[in-house]
Amino acid sequence: MRFLNRIKPAFWDHRILNGAPYRSQFNFRRTWYAAVFVTSAVVLAPLIFMAFMDYRATRHDVESEILLTTSRLVSNIRRSISYFFDERKSALHFLVHDNNFKMDENPRRLAQVLENLKKSFGGFADLGCIRPSGIQGVYAGPYNLTGKDYSNQEWFKEVVKRGEFISDVFSGFRHVPHIVMALKFPSSDGSFGVLRATLDTGKFDNLLSNLEIDGHGDAFLVNHEGVLQTPTRSHGKVLERISLPIPDFAPETRVFPWVTKTGATLVIGYRYITDTPFILMVVKHKQELMKAWENTRKELIEFLAISVAFILFVILWGATYLVTRIYESDQKLIVSLHQVEYTNKMASIGRLAAGVAHEINNPLAIINEKAGLMKDLFLFKKEYQKNQVLMGLLDSILGSVTRCGKITKRLLGFARHMDVSIQTVNIEEVIREVLGFLNKEAEYRSIRIAIDVAENLPNMDTDAGRLQQVILNIINNAFAAMENNGNLRVKAVMEGEKDILLTIADDGCGIPETDLKRVFEPFFSTRTGKGGTGLGLSITYGLIEQLGGTINVKSELNRGTTFTITLPLTIKEKEMKNSCAYS
Amino acid sequence: MRILLVDDEQELVETLAERLSIRRIEARWATTGDAAMKFLEQESFDLAVLDVKLPGISGIDLHRKMKAKYPDLKFIFMTGHGSQDDYAAGSAETGKDYYLLKPVNIEKLMDKMKKLMGR
Repeated sequence: MRFLNRIKPAFWDHRILNGAPYRSQFNFRRTWYAAVFVTSAVVLAPLIFMAFMDYRATRHDVESEILLTTSRLVSNIRRSISYFFDERKSALHFLVHDNNFKMDENPRRLAQVLENLKKSFGGFADLGCIRPSGIQGVYAGPYNLTGKDYSNQEWFKEVVKRGEFISDVFSGFRHVPHIVMALKFPSSDGSFGVLRATLDTGKFDNLLSNLEIDGHGDAFLVNHEGVLQTPTRSHGKVLERISLPIPDFAPETRVFPWVTKTGATLVIGYRYITDTPFILMVVKHKQELMKAWENTRKELIEFLAISVAFILFVILWGATYLVTRIYESDQKLIVSLHQVEYTNKMASIGRLAAGVAHEINNPLAIINEKAGLMKDLFLFKKEYQKNQVLMGLLDSILGSVTRCGKITKRLLGFARHMDVSIQTVNIEEVIREVLGFLNKEAEYRSIRIAIDVAENLPNMDTDAGRLQQVILNIINNAFAAMENNGNLRVKAVMEGEKDILLTIADDGCGIPETDLKRVFEPFFSTRTGKGGTGLGLSITYGLIEQLGGTINVKSELNRGTTFTITLPLTIKEKEMKNSCAYS
Repeated sequence: MRILLVDDEQELVETLAERLSIRRIEARWATTGDAAMKFLEQESFDLAVLDVKLPGISGIDLHRKMKAKYPDLKFIFMTGHGSQDDYAAGSAETGKDYYLLKPVNIEKLMDKMKKLMGR
């Protein structure tokens, strides 16, 4: 809160004073809010919108890229696997069609063929011919399978029906994963035979397991029932059922996302491999693939946050600066209006006083002359000369006329100063002239006034009207602060060679320290609602500034207040011209 | 010493003239500029006491007119008004010392007259 109070701009607590003749035209807090909210909305909304769109576009790009690379990878592997099967199938076709292959082949020649196939293609485990009855004929390989009956096996029925067959991976008799590839071929006797080769899966197991796949990826084959045909890194062993869904048939490569039970998202690419029971699947962890994107996202969000913070700071600072400026000029305007009004008021009072004095002076002069004539007549005629009562009455009339004359002269003097700008004055005379108006009040309230003006104080070339207003304002304030029986001290001395130091001290109620700094602020008053407008001292301050002087105040609660005014002996003409613009 | 008093307040000039004659100073009075000029044509005066504000013509203008016609005539101004313009104009014509504010003390007036005539 203390920090907030420190940075709180001056206009924040501005209140419209009730009864003040000139008011602020703005609600500063509302202006500030409007500036901040409108600017923020206009600036931040597009920024956030653009950032959001960019975020979505980038994310979409990254995701597309993932799908595309996965799809490409699946295609490439599929090509290799297809090639593996096609190559071997072609070799077997070549064997049965072009090599004059016979059902009752010489076992040694078959062994030679197997050896050649192993050498040139690899992956062949054994080779055998099966008669139409399903009984194994010649056989070349590590086991003795001659005479084995395959007639009831599904693959045999299949190959008889379709001409060729590639089996799922199975352990078979040998408990080693392998694939059977079989072809039906016509025999010389018009019947047919089946060439059956067992393929080692090791060859394409290696092909798949050696692939470097990003995103902790895995590439493997499953059959149409979802049984794993090749080893995997993290989706089970050979001949186990995979936990992933078996993708629907599609003639081309497809990629789809899939969420596991644990909530992780997988990107699955697959391809049905033609003429085989296999589906090639490439599985990647999306989270891993998105890591690069996470960094980009983090940077994007950081950039956005910093931008928003910076923009908000600039907006807040800008709005505060502008509204403060408006507030300051507004306050200045109000003070100026008040000063103009005050000056006009004083000038009107001056003119009124002069008018009254003039009107009174003429009848006063007549009274003076008539009473004077009476006295003359009495003095010249001896019969009244000794009448003390009559003489006393006449002297009393003449005395009163003289007193009235002094009052009207003072009024005229006061008014005379109002009209002029710069004239030569004696500060003591000005002080006494001002006090002349307050003498009666001082008398009633038993306030003692001590005037202490240094001897040989030079005359001042200054605006006497303003000077007397300054003195009048401060002494009026002092009178308001003092109880009856108070003491007022007015002192004037030289300060250096060019300034006069005027001190006006009272022993009144004093000003609390918290208010002391603010007494010269416009509208600051402890007497608001009791006749104070809070402008007396601010106007005084303005007047002293116009006279080229300075004012300071010292005060102690319940002990009194001292105003110290420094005024130059000669006022600069230029300063006056500027400051007289509104008077 | 013959004196001409000019003021629009007849009672004032009348009384003042009487008081001066008690003091053995011969004084005539007029309440307008025209009347004052007529007096000057008919009789000779040593000194004129003028109000700054007169009906029809200001004391300052009247002073100029008289001074042009009667260069030897001396002047004292008297005013009930203390406006700066009048003061500046009046004191420029005669000097500050001979610009008096009403009500005027007769002894002071006599002093000024004597000073002016003795000069």
